[in-house]
Amino acid sequence: MAGFVERMRNGDIKSLIARNGIFVAFVAFMIAFGIGSDRFLTFDNLESVVRSSAMIGIMALGVTIVVISGNLDLSVGSMLSFGTVMVVNLHDKIGPGPAILVMMICVLLLGAVNGFLIGFVRLNSLIVTLGMLSAIQGLTLIYSGGKNVDVNPSTQDTTWFRVFGRGEVAGIDMPIIIFFALASFVGFIIAFTPYGRRVYAVGGNPTAAVFSGIRRNRVVFSTYIVSAFCVGIASIILGSRVMGSQNNVGQGYELLVLASVILGGTSLLGGSGSILKTVIGVLILGFIQNGLLLLGYPYFAQWIVTWIVIILAVWLDVAAKRGRLLSPIA
Amino acid sequence: MSEAQPVLRLEGIVKTFPGVRALDGVDFSVFPGEVHALMGENGAGKSTLMKVLAGMYQPNEGRIMIDRKPVVMRNPIEAKQNGIILIHQELSLAEQMTVAENVFLGELPRTRWGFVDWKVLEERVGSILAKLNCDFGPRTNVGSLSIAKKQMVEIARALTHHAKVVVFDEPTASLTDAEKVVLFDIINDLKSDGVSIVYISHRMEEIFTISDRITVLRDGSYRGTLVAADTTEDEVTQLMIGRSLDYSRNIEQGEIGDITLEVDGLSCGRLYSDVSFAVRAGEVVGFYGLVGAGRTEIAETLFGLREPTSGTIRLDGEAVSIGSPADAIANGISLVPESRKEQGLVLGMNCRDNITLPQVDDMTAGPFVSNGAEIAIYDMYRDRLDIKAPSWRSEVGNLSGGNQQKIVIGKWLAMKPRVLIVDEPTRGIDVGSKAEIHNLIRELAHSGYAVIVISSEMPEILRVSDRVIAMYQGRIMREFTADEVNEDNLVQAISGVGNGKAA
Ligand SMILES: Nc1ncnc2c1ncn2[C@@H]1O[C@H](COP(=O)(O)OP(=O)(O)OP(=O)(O)O)[C@@H](O)[C@H]1O
Ligand SMILES: [Mg+2]
Repeated sequence: MAGFVERMRNGDIKSLIARNGIFVAFVAFMIAFGIGSDRFLTFDNLESVVRSSAMIGIMALGVTIVVISGNLDLSVGSMLSFGTVMVVNLHDKIGPGPAILVMMICVLLLGAVNGFLIGFVRLNSLIVTLGMLSAIQGLTLIYSGGKNVDVNPSTQDTTWFRVFGRGEVAGIDMPIIIFFALASFVGFIIAFTPYGRRVYAVGGNPTAAVFSGIRRNRVVFSTYIVSAFCVGIASIILGSRVMGSQNNVGQGYELLVLASVILGGTSLLGGSGSILKTVIGVLILGFIQNGLLLLGYPYFAQWIVTWIVIILAVWLDVAAKRGRLLSPIA
Repeated sequence: MSEAQPVLRLEGIVKTFPGVRALDGVDFSVFPGEVHALMGENGAGKSTLMKVLAGMYQPNEGRIMIDRKPVVMRNPIEAKQNGIILIHQELSLAEQMTVAENVFLGELPRTRWGFVDWKVLEERVGSILAKLNCDFGPRTNVGSLSIAKKQMVEIARALTHHAKVVVFDEPTASLTDAEKVVLFDIINDLKSDGVSIVYISHRMEEIFTISDRITVLRDGSYRGTLVAADTTEDEVTQLMIGRSLDYSRNIEQGEIGDITLEVDGLSCGRLYSDVSFAVRAGEVVGFYGLVGAGRTEIAETLFGLREPTSGTIRLDGEAVSIGSPADAIANGISLVPESRKEQGLVLGMNCRDNITLPQVDDMTAGPFVSNGAEIAIYDMYRDRLDIKAPSWRSEVGNLSGGNQQKIVIGKWLAMKPRVLIVDEPTRGIDVGSKAEIHNLIRELAHSGYAVIVISSEMPEILRVSDRVIAMYQGRIMREFTADEVNEDNLVQAISGVGNGKAA
C-alpha cells in the first residue's frame, strides 16, 4: 500500500491512466452504452458497428502513417469515390479481376501525385491534398459522365467480386477481417521495421532525419502511396458491398477519417501515434454513433458528441503531458 | 557580504519527474549585486532548479523567498513580475518576428485603441539595444540573426522589467570569444546596478573570471558554496565529480597511416573557396576559426548537405561525389552536427532509437528491427559516454542538455565511420565528460579513424589535434603541426593578419 501511495505521489499511476486515456475512455463508453441499451452489447450489434467502421478504419490506417510523418491527407474521401465508381463501372466491362487491377493502379497514381508534390517538390500537404480533394471529385464526374454506376443486377449475386463486401469467413464479415488483417500488417510495419522508424523520425524532426541519412522525400512519398493503397482496398469493399456507387460516396469521409486518427491520439504535429490507437479511435467513433442511435437520439446528435469526444481526448492528452488541465503560461 | 540579506533564497527544493528525482532538497541563496555561479555535472539539476525559480516547474517541496518573503510563482510571467528572469539554455525566440516584437512578446505596448503602439515599442526597444551596444535595430527579423545576437535579444527581453535576479543558463555555449567579452561587460553593468546574476556554465575559466561565489550541485543535491577568490578549479571539480580530472590518458600520437580523406580546391559560392587539405588515418585535424569562417559549411559539404561549386573530394584515393547524407554514410563519413536540437536529435523519440537511427536498416532480425541489437548498442555508448538517463525508453527531449549532446556523439560513434567529423562536440558538456570525450576522440584516431574536429574553443583544439588548420573568411590561412601551434600564432592566423599560406 505504501508503495502504491508513493507511486501515486510520483505521478506514475496518474500518468499511466492519462497516457492510455483513449483505452480508458473506450471501456467507459462501452460500459455506459451497455447499461443504457440492452441491444448495444449483443454480438450482432457489435459486428454491425465494426463492419460499418471498417471502411473508415482502413482509410485511417494510411492516413495515420501520413500524419505520423508530419503531413495531412484530405484527399482520401474523393479518392474513395473515384476508386469505387471506377471498380464498379469496369466490373461488367472487363471483369472483376482486371477492374480491381486497373482501379488500384489509377488510385496509386493519384497517391503518387500527392507524394511527388509533397515529398519531392515539398509543397504544403494541406494545400496539395485539399486541391486533390476537388480535383479527384472532378475526375470522377468526368469518368462517370455524372451518372451513378451499377453492377448489372443479374450478375450481382454470382460474381466473385461480392466476396469482399458480402462474404464471411467463420461467421465473421469479410470487411471486418480485411480491416483487422490490414491493420495488423500496417501496424507491425510501422512499429517494428526500419521503415516505420524512418517515418517516425521524419515526422518528429525532418532536419535531424535528413542529418541521419534518411531520404525524407522518399519517405514522405511512400506514405502517400500507402494511403492511396488503403483507399483502393476500401473502394473494393464499398463497391462490392453496394454493387453500385454514387459519384460522391466518399464525400466527408476525409474528416471522419482524420477525426478517428486524432481521437486515437496520433498528434497532428507528427512523430507520434500508432495504428493500435487509430483502430481504437475508429471503433470509438463507430460505437458513439451506433450507441446514440440505439439510445434514441437523432442521428445528427452524433456530430456534436463526436466533436466533444475529440476535444476531450486531445485535452486529456496535452493535460497528461504537462500535468495540469490548463496551460500554465498566462 | 555576510551582513547583507540575500535577495533570493531557495530552501529545501525537491522536484521529481516520473522515474527521476531531479532535485533533492536543494538550498540556494543569492545576495544583491553578486554573480553566483551554479555548477555541476550534466544532469545534476541546474536547469531544473532555475526553471523552478522562474515559475516553469512547481517544486514538490520547499519554498522560495524573495526579499525574505515567501512567494509562489505559478508561471514565468509571475516570476518576471517578481523580478526573476531566466535566459534559457535553449534559446526560445519567435523566429519570424522582429526583434522589437520578441522583446515585448506577450506585453506589447498598446495605443488608446488597443492596437500595438509601434512607435513606443520601437523607441523602448531601440534604447535597450543601444544600452547593449547591439549593431542591429528593433525591426530586424530575428530569424536572420546569429546565435550570439539572438542571445542579445533574450537579454534585451530581460531588461524590459525591473530585474532583481537574472539567470543565464549556459549563455556562452555558442558564443565566440569576442562576443563573450561583450556579454561579460553586460553582466558587470547589471551587477553595478545592484542586479544579482546566476550564471551556469561548464567552463571553469569563465566561472573564475566572472563569479563571486560558486554553488555546486551533484545528483540533485546541494554540495556546497565556495567563494571564488578563495578556491581553485581543482577544488570545484572535486566537489562536482568527486575526483580530479585525468588529462594524461591517450594523448600521445598513434600510428599515422595513409591519407583517408583528401579535399582539393573545394569551393562553395561565397561560403568558402579553394580549400585543400588531407586527413590521414589515425590523425585528428582541428579546424579553428571565428564563427562564419566556413568550417561548418565545409563539414556540411563533406556530409552531402551542400553541393560544392568546384573541387574534388577523394576517399582512400578515389574521387567520390557525395550527394546526400545517405551517400556520405554509405562512404563511411559521420558528422556530429553543430546544433543538437535542430540537426542532431528527434527530441520526441527515445534515447535508444535516436542512437541507432542512422543504422536502423542494418539492425534487423528478419524484417523487424532487432530489439536486442539496438539495446546492446545503446548500453555500450551509455557506458562509454556516461550518459545519464532513467532508461533507454526516456524521451531524449527530457534529458539534460549535456546528456542530449552525448546521445548525438554516441549516435555517430556507433556508425564506426572511416571519417568522423565533429562540429563543436563538447558544447554544453561538463568538465569530467569533456575530458572523457577528448580522450575518446584521441582513442578513435588511434584505432585508425580519420577525425576532423571543428571547435571555437582554443583549449579543446590544442588538446585534441595532431594538426590545426586555421580558417578566416572561407579560406585556409595556415596549417600548424601540434609542435608549432600555440595560442598566439593561432589567434593571429584566424584574424587574417598571419602570414597567409597559399592553400
Ligand atoms: N521535463 C523532464 N521530464 C523528465 N525528466 C527531466 C525533465 N527535465 C529534466 N529532467 C531530468 O532531471 C535531471 C536534471 O536535469 P537538468 O536539465 O536540470 O540538468 P542540468 O544540471 O541542467 O544538466 P546540463 O549541464 O546537461 O544542462 C536529469 O536527469 C533530467 O533527465
Ligand atoms: Mg542544463
